[in-house]
Amino acid sequence: MTQRLQWIYGWLLLFPAMVMLMAFTHVPAVTTVINSFFSTPRGRREAKFVGLANYENLINDPTFWKVLTNNLWYALATIPASIFLSLLMALWVNDKLKGRSLVRMSFFAPTVLPLIAVANIWLFFYTPGFGLIDQIRMGFFGLPENSWLGSQETVLICMMVVTIWKEAGFFMIFYLAALQTIPPSLREAAAIEGASRSTFFWRVTFPLLMPTTLFVSINAVINSFRMVDHIFTMTGGGPDNASSLLLFYIYEVAFKFWDTAYAATLTVVLLVLLSLIALGQFFFMDRKVHYR
Amino acid sequence: MSQTLSHINAELAEKPRFDYDRLLNTVGAWTLALLWAAPLLYAIWTAFHPAAYEANFELFAPVTLENFQEAWAATPFARYFFNTTILVSMILIGQFVLCTLAAYAFARFTFPGSNFLFALVLLQLLVMPDILIVENYKTIRDLRLVDTIAAIGLPYMASGFGIFLLRQTFKTIPMELDEAARVEGASPLGVLWRVYIPLAKPTYLAYGLVSVSHHWNNFLWPLIITNSVETRPVTVGLSVFAAIDSGVEWSVINAATLMTSGPLLIAFLLFQRQFVQSFMRAGIK
Repeated sequence: MTQRLQWIYGWLLLFPAMVMLMAFTHVPAVTTVINSFFSTPRGRREAKFVGLANYENLINDPTFWKVLTNNLWYALATIPASIFLSLLMALWVNDKLKGRSLVRMSFFAPTVLPLIAVANIWLFFYTPGFGLIDQIRMGFFGLPENSWLGSQETVLICMMVVTIWKEAGFFMIFYLAALQTIPPSLREAAAIEGASRSTFFWRVTFPLLMPTTLFVSINAVINSFRMVDHIFTMTGGGPDNASSLLLFYIYEVAFKFWDTAYAATLTVVLLVLLSLIALGQFFFMDRKVHYR
Repeated sequence: MSQTLSHINAELAEKPRFDYDRLLNTVGAWTLALLWAAPLLYAIWTAFHPAAYEANFELFAPVTLENFQEAWAATPFARYFFNTTILVSMILIGQFVLCTLAAYAFARFTFPGSNFLFALVLLQLLVMPDILIVENYKTIRDLRLVDTIAAIGLPYMASGFGIFLLRQTFKTIPMELDEAARVEGASPLGVLWRVYIPLAKPTYLAYGLVSVSHHWNNFLWPLIITNSVETRPVTVGLSVFAAIDSGVEWSVINAATLMTSGPLLIAFLLFQRQFVQSFMRAGIK
């Protein structure tokens, strides 16, 4: 095939996918930034350039700061917890455990269930007095009933638990895949050398899993900004925005208050956060490990 | 931690008389597994029993299907299921076609701009359409597609993940097969159809399972873009159902919850191994 023909084929094959990709990812990302400098068009009034006014609103918006702080705590708690648990799960499931496939099924099942649906089940768990958690608390320990989702102190933690439950089994899969690529000869060699099990884990297994850990943590970070479905069912962001996250707030601003310009400004914050993560990935991650 | 993790090379240890370590690990794994299964088991319990047994666990509580009947009668779930089925098949077909063509271009053709364009594709792994709800809503509105099933699927058709996954697979296919087919007179599309696609079947299966379960479960975007029974997928239908009637009994809501997750859950139970392997395959990059 001539070089010219290669070019034409390459471009033609790529064309449909690229158009769609541009239309729903790259172009909207750019227009989001542009629209954050304009006012929201209402009725006949068209959007006009307002400079940094939206960003001034942002800085003076206590809800924004609350939601951002929530989201950072949410990320800080769910990421390490789900990574730790998923590694533990993978090590267990990779082992010759009794009833292994049943255990694996139980860990993985939350991954295939819709978050919006399982939120209903969790909602019941958390119901004050009547819910399962309170029944156990009251029945076994004689403690008073507690409004788990009604209190500012506990509501975010309750949401974190659901998130960890939902995603740990998913991350387990990545660790499981990685564990299966570790050659058994390493283990044999370590055994001949008389290395203890813990030495073997910390000196061999854990370092070999490092690329997976980085990959999983990137996914966990993205998820912590993206998984908001359960908020709709469980709390609606309340009480007093204590369980609201950035994407949920964007939804509210855009589709409840119809302030699309401000929603665009909030989206820019989200995009900046994600870009920072991407840069972090670029600098801290040996890309050769993942991208052949 | 070390106790647990050191379990890995348990079989290498000298034959212990009684392995406490193993016992501890088994108990630990089972406890966590039970905790993880609890919400689902609980939902199954309430859904199949009368409301009186919602928080009352008696072994011989009467089993009933009434909750399912009630949920089914209260909302047009049949229609929602139909919508979701159309939606996930449409997305799957769209993704297979678009991603296959693009992945083939990246894997086997040299053309100017390919590296830059590939970087743009990878960018979508980070900036997903899920996040750009405001602008994507405007685009769909300008296309006059608000409240259609197509509108739910469009932003996901060209998937960066799918292109990446298929490109990696295509790259592992030996050039000799490609060349052999060309010598026999096959066109580039013929080669794709006869050599690459058949050899990438496991990847298609893996990607298909991941895609279907992802879009079956998707909620935020469908919530925004649909507002009628004729277009709503089950996830949105369920949220509408659970929200309107705050007086609805838990057992009925849980029956509805199980129904929405049912098809995926049954598929998962039947093809557990394939599911896990598919996600694993999709995960190894």
